[in-house]
Amino acid sequence: MRSLRQYSGAHRLEGTTESRTAITPATPTDHALTPSEVSAIRADFPSLQQEVNGHPLAYLDSGATSLKPRQVLDAEREFYERHNSAVHRGAHTLAALATEFFEDARATVARFIGAAEDEVVWTSNATEAINLVAYGISAASARGGADAVSLRAGDEIVVTEQEHHANLIPWQELASRTGATLRFIPVDDAGELMLDGLDETITERARVVAFTHVSNVLGSISPVDRIVARAREVGAITVLDACQSVPHMAVDVASLDVDFMAFSGHKMLAPTGIGVLYGRRELLNALPPFLTGGSMITTVTMERAEYLPAPQRFEAGTQRVSQAVALAAAIGYLEAIGMDRIAAHEAALGARLADGLAAIEGVRVLGPVAGAERVGLASVDVAGIHSHDVGQFLDDRGIAARVGHHCAQPLHRRLGVTSSTRASIYIYTTEEEVDRFIEAVADSRDFFGVRP
Amino acid sequence: MSSSELQSLYQEIILDHSRQPIGFGLVGNADGSSHQLNPTCGDEVTLEIAIDEHGLAHVHWEGHGCAISQASASLFSEMVGDGMSLDALDERIESFRTAMRSRGKIQPDEELLGDAAALGGVSRYIARVKCAMLAWVAAEDAIAQARA
Ligand SMILES: Cc1ncc(COP(=O)(O)O)c(C=O)c1O
Repeated sequence: MRSLRQYSGAHRLEGTTESRTAITPATPTDHALTPSEVSAIRADFPSLQQEVNGHPLAYLDSGATSLKPRQVLDAEREFYERHNSAVHRGAHTLAALATEFFEDARATVARFIGAAEDEVVWTSNATEAINLVAYGISAASARGGADAVSLRAGDEIVVTEQEHHANLIPWQELASRTGATLRFIPVDDAGELMLDGLDETITERARVVAFTHVSNVLGSISPVDRIVARAREVGAITVLDACQSVPHMAVDVASLDVDFMAFSGHKMLAPTGIGVLYGRRELLNALPPFLTGGSMITTVTMERAEYLPAPQRFEAGTQRVSQAVALAAAIGYLEAIGMDRIAAHEAALGARLADGLAAIEGVRVLGPVAGAERVGLASVDVAGIHSHDVGQFLDDRGIAARVGHHCAQPLHRRLGVTSSTRASIYIYTTEEEVDRFIEAVADSRDFFGVRP
Repeated sequence: MSSSELQSLYQEIILDHSRQPIGFGLVGNADGSSHQLNPTCGDEVTLEIAIDEHGLAHVHWEGHGCAISQASASLFSEMVGDGMSLDALDERIESFRTAMRSRGKIQPDEELLGDAAALGGVSRYIARVKCAMLAWVAAEDAIAQARA
């Protein structure tokens, strides 16, 4: 029988001959990708081999969802063609194989983020992962527990003004169900988190502090250490939204020292339908399950049920096996390039993007001023043109960008805009695409006649 | 450099209306008023219908959002002009909707809709049809209130 290890955690598949990227391992690990490396990567992405509206597609919407390389699609297809089976159920060969692939994929994710395997819970996406924590706390609180995961009236939940709705609304709901108060760390006019009053915002009453690692609107990186240090001081649980960090840089939960962390597979080359919740073991096991049903129990009577320990206690029902296997293949693909090199590539392009946009008259780059640290992402407000119209103009040139409020209405409101136009970069993005975006944003002002 | 499709979407007359809208500004005391929101992009239109003693409808609106949604509200107001019967409005809204939903197959009837027919290019862009329809849906709702 073929080796199972060969399958997960690596994008190399048996029977697939050209499954490696053309990255030369000798390159220094913090060195940005060379143009020839980027073109070798691009060759792996079928989506990039197409034209849109008569132009080569410039896909600058990876912050919403990334494109998928052949290696990941092949891994998912191969699972369905050869190993398809339900996991943790049944004694036949394929069921055992599928279970092993599924658990190997978990091990790959665990190693990738520096966690233990039983601290990695599969979810559908980051939104579900955050809701799992919020509903677990809610359920624990409803039982009147006095443990680490219960809230009472008077307790406080703290978020930031930068949050994606996925890391805001579950906490609003939790606050309203438990009588806790929702507070937030405000941002300044540039969108930066204002930490001066951190001790007043995160008080002794804070029980949960939920915040984003990287802003999906601004591209800024949060000072995780300062926020975690304060949360620890007051004994609050920390929940990190790592949707925009894990796909783009090396992330190690142990050194971040957060209690929970959520991210989505579809933003890191994997299919939709798979997400990850990392949770500190003792907290996960103290948290009541969010979804209940098959596969998460030990003994069931007509009156009650005993639950398995984490992670199974949170994985009720038939699992997303092919997606987990594909996520492991995606991680293999990213690791073959190197997360530090990916971060360097994106930081360089992100700076080019922000500088180029900031130089256009009438264009305001939201977030860190040009030159400040940012990931490969920038949102702009073009004076006098609604973002939908900018987006339409970009689309006409084959440029895919995100327009609207990017699921962060409070942040946009705080910055005095209703919407913005966002370009986000990934491993396959080229300088030429970034320049096309900058040029098109500038030209949109001519087209819509807002130039003086 | 931009395609002819894009130019037909954003005709000069549409951009003019988006910049200098007709009928902008609410007056209150309406017989029907409707607020419509397109949550994906945040376009908003509030539109009032007031019926005069001859049974003619007059329109006022306010809003913000993309050029298409704002121009469409303005073109609707221009079409209503100094007053139009509710039945005539029904017919025009229905005709406009049919054209918008046609994916570019049916040109809006210029005789019926006036300059609002310039919005015909929108119907090829499925994601934008909602923007163009916003004011017309608000009008439909306000008219229903006025009749009630
Ligand atoms: C910062 C951030 N948080 C949460 C989410 C939600 O992710 P998903 O929709 O995959 O659950 C996203 C992506 O849209 C995001 O960018």
